[in-house]
Amino acid sequence: MTRNVAIIGTGHSKFGVRTDVNMQELAWEAVSQALEESGVEQKDVEFFTVGNAGAWSSENLPAIVVGEYCGLNPKGTMRVEAACATGSAALRDAYLAIKSGEVDIAIAIGVEQMHQSPNPTVVELIGRAGNYFWEFENSGLTFPGYYALYATAYMAKYGAKEEDLGLVAIKNHHYGSMNPYAQFYGKEITMEEYLKSRMVAYPLKLLDSSPITDGAAAVVLASEEVVKKYTDSPIWIEAQAAASGSANLSRRDDFTSIEAARIAAKEAYKRAKIDDSEPWKSMDVADVHDCFTIAEILAYEDLGFANRGEGVKLIREGQTKIGGKIPVNVDGGLKAKGHPIGATGVSMAVSMARQLLGRAPKGTQATIRNGRALSHNVGGTGHYAYVTIYSTRRPGN
Amino acid sequence: MITDTRRRIQEEIDKSLTQLDQLVKITKLPIITDKNGSPLWVDVRELDLRYQIPVKKIYKFYEGLGKGKVMATKCPKCGAIYFPPQADCSKCRSSDLEWIEMPAEGEVVAFTKIFVKPVSFSHYPDYYVVVARMSNGVNVTAWYRGKDQPKVGERVKLNVVERDPEGYLTYEFEPWG
Ligand SMILES: [Zn+2]
Repeated sequence: MTRNVAIIGTGHSKFGVRTDVNMQELAWEAVSQALEESGVEQKDVEFFTVGNAGAWSSENLPAIVVGEYCGLNPKGTMRVEAACATGSAALRDAYLAIKSGEVDIAIAIGVEQMHQSPNPTVVELIGRAGNYFWEFENSGLTFPGYYALYATAYMAKYGAKEEDLGLVAIKNHHYGSMNPYAQFYGKEITMEEYLKSRMVAYPLKLLDSSPITDGAAAVVLASEEVVKKYTDSPIWIEAQAAASGSANLSRRDDFTSIEAARIAAKEAYKRAKIDDSEPWKSMDVADVHDCFTIAEILAYEDLGFANRGEGVKLIREGQTKIGGKIPVNVDGGLKAKGHPIGATGVSMAVSMARQLLGRAPKGTQATIRNGRALSHNVGGTGHYAYVTIYSTRRPGN
Repeated sequence: MITDTRRRIQEEIDKSLTQLDQLVKITKLPIITDKNGSPLWVDVRELDLRYQIPVKKIYKFYEGLGKGKVMATKCPKCGAIYFPPQADCSKCRSSDLEWIEMPAEGEVVAFTKIFVKPVSFSHYPDYYVVVARMSNGVNVTAWYRGKDQPKVGERVKLNVVERDPEGYLTYEFEPWG
């Protein structure tokens, strides 16, 4: 048995340096909002997943700590990890629990409190995400370092410039400055500031990078059988697909594209019956995984919004701003909204649902014509990829 | 010397812990205030992690380093070459792989220079990391020791070296010419 699944409530904490709360208090900010919005009570929730990459924060079993604090015991749970795609993986497990017919209501929670450890420790822990023994132990690669490898290969092959990457950062800061939940709310940046910012891993600078963030997001999901009890405006999860890539970056053939993302996108389009030659035409808005500016350009191409090597044209022409071909990361993206690892994928689902409902913050609302949105969430450096398609129309209708 | 490096790092840790001890003496609580004015409990339990990773099945790789060779494994059935070396060919479900030497010549596919370093690499000067496609078509990720920034497409040479200050054997690239 498989059936349709919809988002019936969304919750999102303020992202940023959130040392004013602990991890479970932070999760509760998102969970309470999602419960409130959906009208669902804890006793109605049959299963919950907690996306938390952890290691930098003290709780080793975050799912049960969050479950207790949010009053979700004794329902079943699990901690989910897929590096930076952890949130999408948490969404996937909750979605599949309903889709399979086992439960009618589930919550996907993503939470991360990275500021429980000093920044150098966080740099170390993220750098270990990949093949620890062969690629970290000897090489000391960092997270920006891994994406920098893609950046140098892409720039050499397609002639992309530092300034092109800067355009991504400026766009995402522009929209993030209008998103009250964003870490860099109210903070636009200029090309001059971008070019002058400190080098982190050549050619990526501080302003190419998403920040270290604390944050939480949650969505309440329901089966099509019970959706009507709670809302007239559900956001359906039309399709989701996942793929993986080699742990060792040296095992990759190509450093100008994320293969796992291409595979996940292709499969998601197939499941949603979307023409993958021009998929952007059937979409109104997308959130893509811009942990670094180069990653957003790769995402344009991996999702088929641009041909290989032409992603850079899309940003130069402003086609991914509101009013362009396909608005991308108009919530600020990871770059300006922040990137609390385990929360990011769920945060994307919240942003896309609110976009489709016309509830985006002022200045960041895309025009909704097709009633369809997409999120692209990559874990590690193309180690995991999740592509999710959301729709205002019930699939099959 | 690695012992000097380690002593220097330990001294810094001790200094910050001594400050914490003094705070606890005065306030009876290990609570500091961060720059946002939020009180933070500084963990009184410390966990030092140093993993012990089994290498029995690829031990020939380490013997190879001792002889100045970078070794890989090759599946006699399908011909797949594995670097980093691995004991099993999952394609063929075969476990009797041969050991071969990696070629010295490669070409840079991607590179970076790490400025903001992990804690455990903080004692090294900024370093270049390169992914190079070796002449047998297999990629290797390693440090690059050259005066100038490497270029995509540049020829590089793979060497066995001693990594200082630790003094353990590993492999690195250098410019070809
Ligand atoms: Zn084989």
